[in-house]
Amino acid sequence: MGKFGFTILKERHIDYDANDRSIAEYISEREPSFRACIECGCCTAACTTGNFTSFSLRELQILLKRGENDKVRDNIKKCMLCGKCTLVCPRGVNTRNVIILAREAFQNKIKNAV
Amino acid sequence: MEGKVVVIGSGAAGMEAAGQLAKAGCSVTIVEKESEIGGHVRNWYHLFPDRRDSKEVIVYLEKQINHKNVTLLTKTSVEMMERKHGSFVVKTNDGLEIHADAVVLATGFDLFKSERKEEYGYGIYDNVITSAELEEMFRKGRITRHDGQVPQKIGIVHCVGSRDEKVGNLYCSKLCCVTAVKQAMEIKENIGTARVFCFYMDMRMGGAHYEELYRESQENYNINYIRGKVSEVSENINSRLVVKVEDTLAGRPLKMELDMLVLMAGMEMSEGGRKIAEMAGLNTGENRFFAPVDHHFGSNMGNIKGVFYAGTCTAPMNITETISHARAAVSDVIDYLRNGQS
Repeated sequence: MGKFGFTILKERHIDYDANDRSIAEYISEREPSFRACIECGCCTAACTTGNFTSFSLRELQILLKRGENDKVRDNIKKCMLCGKCTLVCPRGVNTRNVIILAREAFQNKIKNAV
Repeated sequence: MEGKVVVIGSGAAGMEAAGQLAKAGCSVTIVEKESEIGGHVRNWYHLFPDRRDSKEVIVYLEKQINHKNVTLLTKTSVEMMERKHGSFVVKTNDGLEIHADAVVLATGFDLFKSERKEEYGYGIYDNVITSAELEEMFRKGRITRHDGQVPQKIGIVHCVGSRDEKVGNLYCSKLCCVTAVKQAMEIKENIGTARVFCFYMDMRMGGAHYEELYRESQENYNINYIRGKVSEVSENINSRLVVKVEDTLAGRPLKMELDMLVLMAGMEMSEGGRKIAEMAGLNTGENRFFAPVDHHFGSNMGNIKGVFYAGTCTAPMNITETISHARAAVSDVIDYLRNGQS
């Protein structure tokens, strides 16, 4: 069994302990409904941006929670803040505010902001 | 065992409780607002997970209440219920006053009114139907679209009116997932060429043999499961339905044309139960169902002494659980009549 090992290719692996989850924490403190997401994807299905680009709010919010911030930072600006995602969310997540807070966090708080 | 008990409601819970109380020697009056007994069970075709014909349940329940100690009042609703000097007075719509030592509430549930999820188009598009309406079609032995054609591509939406803050129902109705699996299989049995797609958030297969049924539906019936909550439905020029959903496992938005869409309507506190709760001062929970005094040890007891709950008036339950809960209520009633009244 030794040869099968326990390692994962570094590029493939979510290094949960090493990742920076401070953006998710920033959002979560200010918009606690952020924690209630169950990954149903209703926001993404309703999203106009997501129908034209690879934007998926469901994916971005789970990446934030795992501290995989790079993809989020590159994509979060695509949102037009129309709020349809907030209208359909069965968990009452204020998704629009989540996006506003994420942008805010990337801009103000985080060292690798663009 | 002496004692007079009023049972309100003659669905599975009410009939089972009444039958068991009668056997124990109590004199029981069942008050039912409809003209027929049986409640929702009467509307179903086959039951999960063993596909038993629901008529068998009705036959069993009728046998339970076929007892000299049981009086059945149909087309009768409760106008007033009051506890006075340790016993109850129940006034009905036709002016009758029934005196009793204890009351068993078995007021059941109402199906979620699917038109409240306007984005799913129930009541707007002809080929969006509810799980209850599909049961009716099974009973008639013919599944058709509104235009009479046989649908070939059918979608099933889970969690309609359940786990949805937007309609004020935070709870899981628990039975819709397995109902969807069962109905998907029955569609395939009726229409061999049909393709069936279930849109779900989580598959909650917690009951006995549910998981096995789910697996059977995949292996032997080729039912397709797509993980994602449908956001909206529209109709195209060919009067086919178009659903929008994210396939959350593929991570991309998905659009699909369907001939028919079935909404898995959840369970809500019944209107009748709500009125009684308000009028008698019985506690209800955040989910609006009756709130028993204790989840573990008093799941049949109301906050008024001598009031007991049986079945889905306290939470969503399947028929097996409903019958067990009704029997448990009877055991509490008997204890109360023997030891607890005063």
